[in-house]
Amino acid sequence: MELFNLAVRSIFIDNMVFAYFLGMCSFLAVSKKVSTALGLGSAVIFVLTITVPLNWLLNEFILKEGALSFLGESFASIDLTFLRFIMFIAIIAAMVQLVEMVVEKFAPALYGALGIFLPLIAVNCAILGGSLFMAQRDYTLAEAAVYGFGSGTGFFLAIVALAAIREKLKYSNVPNGLKGLGITMLITGLMGVAFMSFMGIDL
Amino acid sequence: MEFLRNLLDKQKPLFQKGGKLENLYYLYEAGETFLFSPKHTTGPRGAQVKDAIDLKRMMITVVIAMIPCLLFGIYNTGHMHFLAVGEAASFGDKFILGLTLVLPIVIVAYAAGGLVEATFAVIRKHPINEGFLVTGMLIPLVVPATTPLWQVALATVFAVVIAKEVFGGTGMNILNVAMTARAFLYFAYPAQISGDQVWTYLGDKTPIDGFSGATALAVAYQSGQEGVNAVANLASHNTAVMDDMFSFANMFFGFIPGSIGETSTLMVLLGAAILLFTGVASWKIMVSAFGGAYIMAAVMQLLAVNEFMAMPAHYHLVMGGIAFGIVFMATDPVSAAQTESGKWVYGLLIGVLTIIIRVTNPAYPEGIMLAVLFMNVFAPLIDHYVVKANKKRRLQRATV
Repeated sequence: MELFNLAVRSIFIDNMVFAYFLGMCSFLAVSKKVSTALGLGSAVIFVLTITVPLNWLLNEFILKEGALSFLGESFASIDLTFLRFIMFIAIIAAMVQLVEMVVEKFAPALYGALGIFLPLIAVNCAILGGSLFMAQRDYTLAEAAVYGFGSGTGFFLAIVALAAIREKLKYSNVPNGLKGLGITMLITGLMGVAFMSFMGIDL
Repeated sequence: MEFLRNLLDKQKPLFQKGGKLENLYYLYEAGETFLFSPKHTTGPRGAQVKDAIDLKRMMITVVIAMIPCLLFGIYNTGHMHFLAVGEAASFGDKFILGLTLVLPIVIVAYAAGGLVEATFAVIRKHPINEGFLVTGMLIPLVVPATTPLWQVALATVFAVVIAKEVFGGTGMNILNVAMTARAFLYFAYPAQISGDQVWTYLGDKTPIDGFSGATALAVAYQSGQEGVNAVANLASHNTAVMDDMFSFANMFFGFIPGSIGETSTLMVLLGAAILLFTGVASWKIMVSAFGGAYIMAAVMQLLAVNEFMAMPAHYHLVMGGIAFGIVFMATDPVSAAQTESGKWVYGLLIGVLTIIIRVTNPAYPEGIMLAVLFMNVFAPLIDHYVVKANKKRRLQRATV
């Protein structure tokens, strides 16, 4: 039940995009078509679900203060938290490389559509943000896995909804100055208002 | 009629190409098509009506459907005022007091929005949007009678520009314009649109002892917090003013505090009957939204974690603005799902979400506003998948 609550919270209430404004670059750039948004969203879910628990292990057994004590008494006082950013990024980059190879092999069309944004997931702030929130909030391993999956799903929902709206936008008559990113920013703001419906729920 | 036609025809050359007021052509056009059905058909872009009526006639039908709510809202505003200050008053007194409060709000909403519409129409050279006829009436009906007029104007301008005109006008917006206006007020000026004090107009008079301005939903939520039976708590509330104010029947008829047009479920149903009879609004959305709300409320009643959840499910349907929101907001043909099977999903989720927000979210006593906005955001996605499924089915049939 606790885990289910965490999943609901990370999808709707603490939505990566609308509550923390993380992962904006790919959110805005790869949301022109539902099919590509779907691909990127799934890639984010996959990467987050894998990297958050992996980073948890890394944090728990290597980086945390006193985590190295299993090596002996003299290691007990070592605190490697200052290495968090670089280590987390290394894990994420490795995982993204893996996803890239898998996508290239099995879905070349999607690989072409995602283009530069697939490798860019590695520096997507939503992904690093997921790992850092996990470390900050002292989740357990199971919680970390659920949190990774949940926040990935939140991002997925947001980007797919935005892509559907932008496909519909083809029929509208946006003023020239606002075409493209301008109107997308406005839509993001309006979507944020709609997502406010869940903010404040205490599970 | 003949006189009007002649008058319009006389002015026409002024506004046509080469005329003195060429730039203001769309203002003239708006006046002309408002008075007479035009002969031309709708253009290649924008809102499309495949019917003998044009968009203006369709939108005015919605305004007509809102008139019962408006009239009742005017009366109820006065009614609540005299109840709260403990004075006896005749029907006429109540109505006139209500009129002095509600009419300025309606005028300000129409004027502020109309000005923006006209400015955009003249600059961007498109006809004035018919959808504003409805928006200008919806906004006054979803705010409390005590809302400051400048806030009404600000919210209207915000919603018309940001939620509609930047997308190109009626038929192209993503979110319901009136709901955006209300959400804007709710998040920008919460003090004037939430709490217990804003729903009843008191003027400079002091309320009688024991008066409480809380809405039915606020009372029900409170009983959930305090662990007292919701129905009993509702029945015993505000007895200083009126016996059994929050009984099911009284909430259905609408003699309760709330936003101007939302209180009376009966009047909303009257409006719904007009909309359904003329075929302007989708019955699928209404049925599935009411159904979704009832089912979710029944599920909550079964779970019964607190006393608010344990409240009988049908109470949810007459409290707050759910009926008004479903009938007039959720069915907005522009921002709702546009595929027929998509409408079922869209409506159902609105109903379900409304009850979830009401019961579980302490930040908002009412859920219909954000539920409608939330589903507006997801309506294009629903449509996308319905269309995709249709394509797949038809392709399968074709390959045989």
